[in-house]
This record gives sequence, C-alpha cells and structure tokens, in this order.
Amino acid sequence: MTDQDILDVFTRILRELLANDSIVLRTDTTRSDVPDWDSFMYVNFIVAVEMELGIKFGVADVESFKSVGDIVAKTRALLG
Amino acid sequence: MNCLPNPSDFRQSLRAALAATDPGERLNKLADLAQFRLGFLETIQLDNALGKTAATARAGFAQLRLALLSSCTVDHLLPAIRVAGLRQRLLIEVYMGSFGQYRQELLDPVSALHNFRPEIILLSLTAREAIAGVPLEATTVEAERAVAGAIADVRQLWCTARETFKATVIQQSFLDVSEPLFGSYDRLVPGTPTRLIARLNDLLADAAAQEHVLWLDVARASARDGLDAWFDVARWLQGKIEIAPQSAAHYGDLLARLIAAHRGQSKKCLALDLDNTLWGGVIGDDGLEGIRLGEGSAVGEAHAGLQRYAKLLKDRGVILAVCSKNDLATAEAAFREHPEMVLRRSDIAAFVANWNDKVENLRVIAEQLNIGLDSLVFVDDNPAERARVRESLPMVAVPELPADAAHYVRCIADAGYFEAVSFTDEDRHRAGQYAANADRQALRDVSQSMDDFLRGLDMSVVFGSIVPVDLARVAQLINKTNQFNTTTRRYTTEELSGFAAAPENITFQFRLLDRFGDNGLVSVMILRPVPDEPDVLDMDSWVMSCRVFGRQLEVEAMNIAVEAAQNRGVRAFRADYIPTKKNGVISGLYESLGFSRLDQPLTTDGVSRWRLNLAEYHTRPTFIIRRGQ
Repeated sequence: MTDQDILDVFTRILRELLANDSIVLRTDTTRSDVPDWDSFMYVNFIVAVEMELGIKFGVADVESFKSVGDIVAKTRALLG
Repeated sequence: MNCLPNPSDFRQSLRAALAATDPGERLNKLADLAQFRLGFLETIQLDNALGKTAATARAGFAQLRLALLSSCTVDHLLPAIRVAGLRQRLLIEVYMGSFGQYRQELLDPVSALHNFRPEIILLSLTAREAIAGVPLEATTVEAERAVAGAIADVRQLWCTARETFKATVIQQSFLDVSEPLFGSYDRLVPGTPTRLIARLNDLLADAAAQEHVLWLDVARASARDGLDAWFDVARWLQGKIEIAPQSAAHYGDLLARLIAAHRGQSKKCLALDLDNTLWGGVIGDDGLEGIRLGEGSAVGEAHAGLQRYAKLLKDRGVILAVCSKNDLATAEAAFREHPEMVLRRSDIAAFVANWNDKVENLRVIAEQLNIGLDSLVFVDDNPAERARVRESLPMVAVPELPADAAHYVRCIADAGYFEAVSFTDEDRHRAGQYAANADRQALRDVSQSMDDFLRGLDMSVVFGSIVPVDLARVAQLINKTNQFNTTTRRYTTEELSGFAAAPENITFQFRLLDRFGDNGLVSVMILRPVPDEPDVLDMDSWVMSCRVFGRQLEVEAMNIAVEAAQNRGVRAFRADYIPTKKNGVISGLYESLGFSRLDQPLTTDGVSRWRLNLAEYHTRPTFIIRRGQ
C-alpha cells in the first residue's frame, strides 16, 4: 500500500466513524482539525484501523502520534 | 456471533435505510441490517444511523431504559448494546454512569441516574477493585472473609438498585485478567488473584440465584473465546477499558439476549432438517445403512453430537421438530430403526417430512405446536433453504451453519437462541407434556363428542394464591404468554411477589391434571382493587398456557375466582381486554363468561372494558374437579 492508499483507508474509516463524508485526511492533519474527533473517537479510530488492516500499534506508538502522517508512517512500517 | 450471516453489501443497505424518509420504515430497515454479522466499525455506523432516526415511529419495538454502572471505561460498549438490542427488536436507551461513581449515584436521590429512572441496572465491575487489599499471604479464612465482604457489598448494591428504582438487576461476572504468579499452583493458594476471583464468581452466582438477579457471564464467554479476545492490555493502559473493543459486539449480544430472555422473547422450538444435518448423507439415496451416523466415522460422530445436543435442549424444555424434504415413512424409519440414532421418534413433538416448501412446513409446525413463528429456530445445512426461509419468514431464526458438521453444535449453542433466566418444573417436564398431548389428541379422535372427550380426560384443577415456591413459573407465564393474555402486562418476580403478599389483592395460580399426566402450572390471575370503587376488583392480568386451550379451564377458573371474591365481600369484577397482534383468540373471552361491556367510547387502541356483578354470576358446570393446593 502506498501512503496515499493508507490515507484513503484512514479517511474512509474516520468518515464512517463520525458519519461525516466531508472529512479528508492529509498527512499533516491533527485531531483538533477534525470536528468531533475526540479522545474516545481516537481510540475507536485506532481500533478500527488495527482490525481492518490486521496490525497492532504499540502503546508507545499510539502515545507518540502527533499527526495523521505519523500513523501512516507506522502503518506502512507494520504492513512491511 | 458466527451464527449470523454476513451482510451482502453493508454500506449500500445502510444508505438505503437512511434514504427511507418514513421513520418507521427506516427503523425496520435498520433492524433488518442488525440481523447480520457486523464488525466493529459497522456496529458504530448502524448505531449512528439509529441515533438519527426519529423516536416517534416505534411500532413493533419495545423500549427500555438501561443504566450501565461500571468501575471502568465502557463508552465503547454502548453502540454494540443498542445494536444488539435492535436485533431483538428492543430500543434500549442506555445511561452510562460516571466512571467509578456507581455507589454515590445509586444512593444520591438527586443524581442523574435517578432522573433517568432505569428499568434495568447492569453492574459491570472489575475484579481488581473487588479484591483490592487482599494480601497474597492471606490464609484461607482471611481470603474467604474478604470474598464474603465483597459479596455482601455487591448484594447491598442490588438491594439499593431494587428498592430505590424497582429495577431489574443484572450482575456481570468478574473477568480474570490476572497474570500467573506461581503457575498452576496459583489455584491452591488462597490469596492469589485468580483463586480469589474464582471464589468471587462462584459465590456471587449463588447469591444471584437466591436473589433472582440476572447473571451476565462474561467470564464464561472469555473462557470460550480466549482471554485475548476479551481483554487487550493496550486498551486497559490507554483508557481503563477492560472489555476489549473487538468483543463489544459479542458483549452487546450476550446482554441483549439476556434481557430478551427476561422479557420472554427466547425461542421455544428447534426445527431440524434431516439429511446432512441430523445425519450425514441423503437417506432417500443412500438408504438406512448408507447414512453416516455415530461411531465409526468422525462425520457420523459429529451428526450424533448434534443429536445429543438437541436431546439435552429437549431435556431443558426446548421443543424439537423435524422439517425435512423426504418421504415421511423413510424419515421416520431412521428414527425407529437406525441403531446409532440418539433422538427417538417420541422426542420430536412435530414431525413434518414431505416434498413441500419448507416455508410452508415451518408454518405447519408452528400451528401444530400452537406457538408463534418467532419462537422457531430452523437448522438446515443447505444455504439455499436457509436463504429462502430468512427471506420469507424473517421472524424465524436461521443459524448460518458452518460447512463442517463438526462445528454445528457450537454454532447453535453460541447463538443463545434458548437463553433462559429460570429452569422450572414445567421446563423439566415440557417434553413429556407434549407427548401426553399426542395421547390426548388420540382420545379426542375416538371420542364421539367434545363432552365425551372432556369427560374422558378426568381433569382436576389444583389452585390457590400465588406461592413463593412457584414464583419463577408464575413469572415465566406472565412474561412469556402471548395468546391467552388479557392485558399483556409484564411483571418481574419482585412485583409478582408484592402482588401476592398484598392483602387487598386476590391472586390465583392454577394447575391442571388429567389422566395423561400433570399439565403443570398453566394459568395465573391477578385481581387488584379499583381506586375509588370499594368492593370492586380489577382483573389486572389473566394468562393461560396455550397447552390447555379448549379444556374449560377458563370457565372453572372464573367460577373459582367469583366464589373466592364473594367470600371476601367483593361485589363486582372489572376487566380490560387489551388487544395485541397475538391475543385475538380471547377477544370474546369476557363476553362468554357473562361480563357486560361498559358503554364507553372505543379507544383508538381497541381496548375494551368489561364488568361482572358477582351477584348475577351463574356458576357454569365443567368437567373439571377442584382440589386444594
């Protein structure tokens, strides 16, 4: 998967989670840029990504993510 | 959840549901979608759509308020609970207590919990809190004392929940997420967490049985699925989440089916296909000797395993039926002659084998057994038959059997169709009663007239006030009876015991016996005073099991009730008939018993009000002899 493929998956998941089709994620997007993306929905997002892609982030990874780009990079590494 | 079929196109179906402008239609479409196996994300999407659906159109759905009180994070369980509720046609409004504040909320009379007025209170507690402070070196006596203290504490919560809210209480078992300390030896050391939690669950389950508290056994589910499915340490560290999000859907389903069982919505009958379901192969082609069943082949053992499981279900009160495309004689011969058959012909209450459409045959089975189609579970290895039944009879539960017969039993068992909240004498003897019904039918066939038949039954009725020892059965009748049910009011065991204890009420339970056996406790009446009308009693509830329809019991019961009421100085009975989709069979009941309809404008919901002046009542003769309790 390219970074763009991963971004597309993330965008779809977050749209479905928040029932908001206007969301478009970019690598520099942060949680505060997206309405309703609170800490609860952040955990849901992480869970949904893990289940959909069959990967598992470490707790240190999740704690260090600053932007969507960080999650994309880690996902790419885990998908190897 | 493996018993549910996968949705063909979830997103498309969800869009179609959301596009429905009529809220009732939309709700029904969403409920249809809830019948499929949904993932984590799909569950949240369906819940979102449900939340956006107007609360006005709720015909065909029951509504209830559930308070989830927890000592850890449970936010992520809410969508799954609502969606699983929707699957059972329950619209569950969930109140989530503040994290760890459940004690204060239960006790504080102005808390948000009080404003919510919960009908069900679910206590979802973590073991680490319950056993905190017990030292590893605790002696057996100290450990038992600590466990007893924790149990007493939880019982106090139950008591408050009941007394303050009149709520039904559900207690969740404790999940054991502790790590081994000594290894296998852990279970032999009184103060280890795993030992303490095991004791806690054992004793708390005993207490729940005593107190009629409903038991949500997540510990058992996690033992079956594996702890990793239920507990994810990363989620615990990230947000004090004990039930892992990937098990949320399973959790919701366990809870919703428990609530449905409590409301009397569990299935009653297992309708089984024969070829490649109850045995391997096709008996019409392979012959009696050619089918694979029992010892000698793993496949044969798998099918015999399904038969054994069906037999166990029968022993706990589930009715068995056969629904097969076969020649009747060939199919019945297998039951009578095949040495490896576990099920006997007499185990099957309704046996339908012919070449008709199975949809039609399931209707016949429901009619023969006098139960609703929504009480049936249809088990068939053939995906085409399953799809056809799902399409034509959406109220029939159809498990998505796996391809491998080895896993048939697990699929049916894990679906929880027959979830129960009690195990009564009636359950234990139900199969025998259905067999006796066949004998009664035979008597009816040879009787010249209805009177001959009824006289020949040698019936007697045993009756009295509702007594504590029979409360579970009384609650089961009140909550499960749909046909002979004048008002369809549902009551908890606690409420019923309150009615029985109140001296101003008159309550009855009736047991019908005949020469073929004891039909069990089959009817309940609750008469309560009418405010502002002294000496008048209102027939709050009157239910009767469909097993004894047409046996004059309703007449003799009324004779008995009138006599007892007159001895208490009651002048009149008032009775409402509240029509539902299922109780049309008794629409003429009160008129036939001599009640007069009160002149009042017909309400929109068709409720009619009736009155009987006891002085004008003529005792009607029946063929039933009375016996004291």
